[in-house]
Amino acid sequence: MNWVNVAVQGILLGGLYALFAVGLALVFGVMRLVNLAHGDLGILAAFVTLGLITHAHLGLTWAALLTIVVMFCAGYVLQRGLLNFTLGTDDTRPIVVTFGLAIIIQNTLLLAFSADEQGLEGGRITTASIHLGHQLAIGWYPLLVFIVAVAIIAGLQLFLNRTKMGRAFRATSDDREAAELMGMNNRHIYSLAMAVSLAIVAVAGIALAIRTTFDPTSGSFNLIFAFEAVIIGGIGSIWGTLVGGVILGLAQTLGAQAFGSGWAILCGDVVFLVILALRPRGFFARTVTA
Amino acid sequence: MASKDNGSTGSPGDGSPLTGKAITRRDFMKVAGTTGAVVAGAGGLSSFLAACGKSSGGGSSSGSGRTIKVGFVTPLTGPLAAFGESDQFLVSQWKAAVKGGVKCGDGQTHPVEIIVKDSQSDSNRAATVAGDLVTNDGIDIMMVASTPDTVNPVADQAEALGVPCVSNDCPWQPYYFGRGATPTKPFKWTYHAFWGLEDVTAVFTGMWNQIPTNKLVGEMWPNDADGLGWANAKTGQPPLLTAAGYKFIDGGRFQDGTQDYTSQITKFKSGGAQILSGVFIPPDFVNFWKQSYQQGFKPKVASVGKALLFPAELESIGPIGYGLTTEVWWSPWHPFKSSLSGQTTQDLCNAWTASNGKEWTQPLLHYAVFEVVVDALKRATNVDSKENHPGGHQEDRPRRPSRDTSPGRPERRSIRSRTSAARSSWAACGSRAPTYPFDLKLVDTSHAAAAPFNVTIPQNGKLVAIKY
Repeated sequence: MNWVNVAVQGILLGGLYALFAVGLALVFGVMRLVNLAHGDLGILAAFVTLGLITHAHLGLTWAALLTIVVMFCAGYVLQRGLLNFTLGTDDTRPIVVTFGLAIIIQNTLLLAFSADEQGLEGGRITTASIHLGHQLAIGWYPLLVFIVAVAIIAGLQLFLNRTKMGRAFRATSDDREAAELMGMNNRHIYSLAMAVSLAIVAVAGIALAIRTTFDPTSGSFNLIFAFEAVIIGGIGSIWGTLVGGVILGLAQTLGAQAFGSGWAILCGDVVFLVILALRPRGFFARTVTA
Repeated sequence: MASKDNGSTGSPGDGSPLTGKAITRRDFMKVAGTTGAVVAGAGGLSSFLAACGKSSGGGSSSGSGRTIKVGFVTPLTGPLAAFGESDQFLVSQWKAAVKGGVKCGDGQTHPVEIIVKDSQSDSNRAATVAGDLVTNDGIDIMMVASTPDTVNPVADQAEALGVPCVSNDCPWQPYYFGRGATPTKPFKWTYHAFWGLEDVTAVFTGMWNQIPTNKLVGEMWPNDADGLGWANAKTGQPPLLTAAGYKFIDGGRFQDGTQDYTSQITKFKSGGAQILSGVFIPPDFVNFWKQSYQQGFKPKVASVGKALLFPAELESIGPIGYGLTTEVWWSPWHPFKSSLSGQTTQDLCNAWTASNGKEWTQPLLHYAVFEVVVDALKRATNVDSKENHPGGHQEDRPRRPSRDTSPGRPERRSIRSRTSAARSSWAACGSRAPTYPFDLKLVDTSHAAAAPFNVTIPQNGKLVAIKY
């Protein structure tokens, strides 16, 4: 029963990892952009929410919703005003620029909010749980995060498959030049993709901020797990990030249970490396990198 | 974001080319290393130059010597920044305290310049800026504080480069054993005063004794410099806990940043631990604590190092933070006065709060490193001699300072010193301090009152089991 409990917590943890990963997968799939500032943008969203709560006196729900809108707009502006200029033949340029962006975000937050640990007060839901028998307990909050992650991923997949704009995303992803020849404005498509990516990472950042505490340097911590989830799931695959996140979460919790707590993160990394060696393109890769 | 502060304390004799720059301390070091006779010669030359400085500077009756440069490495940015948060404030306090210079043992009044470098919470960077302070800025004395990750690399650099280094705010075991010292091979240049694991264990168990438990502790020691020091089977907490009559369940050396603690919580729950203890980084503790609630692990008392030191961290934890306990090494109730300005600990807290509106924070203790530096300077008969570092002359060592320094009286024991630690609990805010949501209460000060510290600190709270 202990093992079942540990596995359930691992699966739920995978939901949080998937939330961080899915935006990363989207922008890489659409425009081959590796966004190293992704984790810090999530923490930025948490600080925006915190600022709205403390200065504008909004409730957590409204502050979170407004933050998602703000991050959506910020994503569009960021891509249109900066990152579009880094795309081109040289793949390292966006990496360097987003790395610089990550440093700028961290230090700006440090100046604005100091190094103090911050938290978003989620109320009783963060400590309450459903007890199934003596040894199995499912926390309401991790469950909620998992459900939100599944809903967002399902919604994004539907958007990509069923809408006109989603088709434009896929077309640009498949062949940039051909899409442009068909009259599509790639710069606009890319900017929308980044906007969606940042809206989702805002959800992830807020989810993390309610789960634990955060400070200006928390972002890079989660970036590595997000990357692992993306690569396990398959680059460019949306559902793949959920699978990747769950595999990573399971590897960490089961590894800790089996070998001792020191092995948790290492087990996740080992599973990631094994999958990378056996299936370099991950489980559900949809895009082929040139 | 490297923060560099080159402000001098601005003594009248500052402008003279002879007082400050004529011969750097490093040049003297090279000479002084050769023979004893040269040391004496160098000392005489220094006095001569200082005398010139006096005449060209003019005005000062006691004579003004060359500027003493003091380097200070602190984590102003990065994950440890909460430890360095009050350091800029302290530097301004120090500068104000030595505005007119320090009258050293040589009879000269020396202006003191404090050069601040940001470690960015990175051990490698801390070592780099420490080396930079010595080789490029030519500092005379190094100061450092804020956890083994900052103190150890800086002290190592100072030891290697032969510059005296004064530090605190790092348990002495990671500082001493972590840097490879032995009783027969002590450090030559580096001096430290802080509590050790024997102190923190004594205050932990002393407090736990206040409420009935089964004396079984769930211990969370992570795989970092602090956690490994605490967990060490010989020099860490395990033998001390056993000696105090407590059994423990070891949660294992988990990595900082671990997101799920189900395996440890299950272990503690099935083992029947009624006490939680350990040393966490803040986000990990919050993660662990919320998951404990979810999984139904409800210890009667939780005593956690590091994660609960700062008021802001409690605020970020929210209502489930009430009743948590942590070690306190400095507070406005510690009955000490600054040897520089006469401020009490409460005065220093008030000045801090007045400067930025924030609640007092324990790293204000870092104030004391500069007190030790100034005390050593006051007794230094030749500021340019290598033999004049705080431990150079037997009689000059900061052995058992007769004055009170603000953290407590450093009690010198062989090469290490301890400061007293009291024990406290985070209580819900009462009517006494309505400004902040959490209020720190001292619930057990018996360890500080006992020998060798013999410090009476008023107890202003009572430990109660955590309410669920």
